[in-house]
Amino acid sequence: MRVVVWIAEDTWEGCVDRARALLAEDAEITLLHVAPSDVEALASHGGARLLGRHPPPPPGPPLRAIAEEEARSLLAAARDRLGRPAETLARRGKIEREVLEACVGADLLVLARDGEPRLEPKSVGPRTRFVLDHAPCQVLLVWPEAPPSLDTIKLPPHLR
Amino acid sequence: MSEAVAVVVLGASLLAAIARWRWAPDWAIAAGGAMLLVALGVLSTSDARSTLRELGPTVGFLAALLVLADGCRRAGMFDALGALMARGSRGRPGRLLAMVFLVAAGTTAVLSLDATVVLLTPIVFATAARLHTNPRPHVYACSHLANSASLLLPVSNLTNLLAFRASGVSFTRFSALMALPWLAALLVEWLVLRASFAGELRRPAMRASRPADRPEMPWFAVGVVALTLVGFVVSSPIGIAPVWVAAAGALVMSLRERPRPLELVRAAEPGFLVFVLGLGIVVQGASLHGLSSAVDSLLPHGVDLPALLAVAVISAVVANLLNNLPATLIILPVVTLSGPGAVLAMLVGVNVGPNLTYVGSLATLLWRRIVHAHDEETDVGEFTRLGLRTVPPILLVSTVALWLALQVV
Repeated sequence: MRVVVWIAEDTWEGCVDRARALLAEDAEITLLHVAPSDVEALASHGGARLLGRHPPPPPGPPLRAIAEEEARSLLAAARDRLGRPAETLARRGKIEREVLEACVGADLLVLARDGEPRLEPKSVGPRTRFVLDHAPCQVLLVWPEAPPSLDTIKLPPHLR
Repeated sequence: MSEAVAVVVLGASLLAAIARWRWAPDWAIAAGGAMLLVALGVLSTSDARSTLRELGPTVGFLAALLVLADGCRRAGMFDALGALMARGSRGRPGRLLAMVFLVAAGTTAVLSLDATVVLLTPIVFATAARLHTNPRPHVYACSHLANSASLLLPVSNLTNLLAFRASGVSFTRFSALMALPWLAALLVEWLVLRASFAGELRRPAMRASRPADRPEMPWFAVGVVALTLVGFVVSSPIGIAPVWVAAAGALVMSLRERPRPLELVRAAEPGFLVFVLGLGIVVQGASLHGLSSAVDSLLPHGVDLPALLAVAVISAVVANLLNNLPATLIILPVVTLSGPGAVLAMLVGVNVGPNLTYVGSLATLLWRRIVHAHDEETDVGEFTRLGLRTVPPILLVSTVALWLALQVV
């Protein structure tokens, strides 16, 4: 079985732990990270938003290089934590689209909830929600920490 | 006829600044356009000269501030600020956002929005990336505060510098009147950004990829900036124009950091200074031939609360149509007649307004979508959604705060 595990900044540790616990021994695992190109563009092309200004690029490594280095380091940390052989894949672009494209040919996508820590729709952020709704394979949606208890549900009136 | 020529030249100058053609730099188009208006008699030589005399000290002030900010970068202040934010976050994204707020608001107020956009925002991105946390909330905060935190001091934004000179209020009074509107803007940004990125900011601990470097805070540079600020406050009462204080600060910083002469010139961005002067003359030409009376008929006169709100909203709209520098040059002469209160309300509009559209101007946005490939990468939708959530409430509460301050200060 070919499995893609989506490594996202703030939830990856829990996601890797669940993957290790739940995936079969013979699963072919790919750890995927996507660097958001829109945030990088907002941070680095900011000068272009100032009318008439042509500031020289600041010295030091360009943001692209920093983002790539940190993605590699995050994926390496994830592979160490997984403790099993796994491929790593670093992509860059619009997050939702890149994740979906990386899922082509995979049997399963493992991803973590990244929203509110309650049993409710907002427990999945908008980008993760998009991937969840459009994934071209089976999906395993995990809580990055212990799942919240039933009493975190805000019940609508007809269910109370 | 003169009216049409002036408007075409103004349009060409703005287009050149937006399109950034290599073969026709914006400063050359603006300066050439200004000379053309004088040659055609649209603007008399004496009018052009008086505009230059009016703008000259402001442009000199701007040059000094750009050199000062570049000196801070050279001294390593922004790297040190990055490390400070990382340490202050103590591994929590919510705390990192608070640190970004403090640092970005301070940098914008003291070293101007340009320093935040060009020098601080990349550092914030790198800091978040190295902490292995989602950089999105922090980069958006920095990008927003570059505009909305630029209300406080005359030096926080070029628009403020222009208005400061035109309004005739002292450095201290300007800052005292704008303190409350500035805090109101920061509060709205904080509440909206916290709520908009609640999911991203909720996760408890982040782990840096490696132990953070601890670059020393360059205390000499910090001291120069602090003394320059003190100088701004105390110079006016003893009759020294603040531009000389800024020049002294820039000089001391340059003597310490010793940039090469060419680097020093580049730091002052001569092209941008020429562009501002050229655009000032072109706008003056257009103003004399109908633009001013058109703006005059559009804006309310007076400094009661409804009038101030209308000035702020109209200024924000014009800033989004044309960008905030031309908007200021066009609106400023008209609101100056209504007094400092109206001038400051205009600043609320032109400074906060640009957060609404990605490039600070709808026309720019359309143009750049066609021309520039890298804009493919930007998420204009998300930027605009955040802008719609922050800009209207800030226009409201900051203008009300300004009105209150005008009653008290």
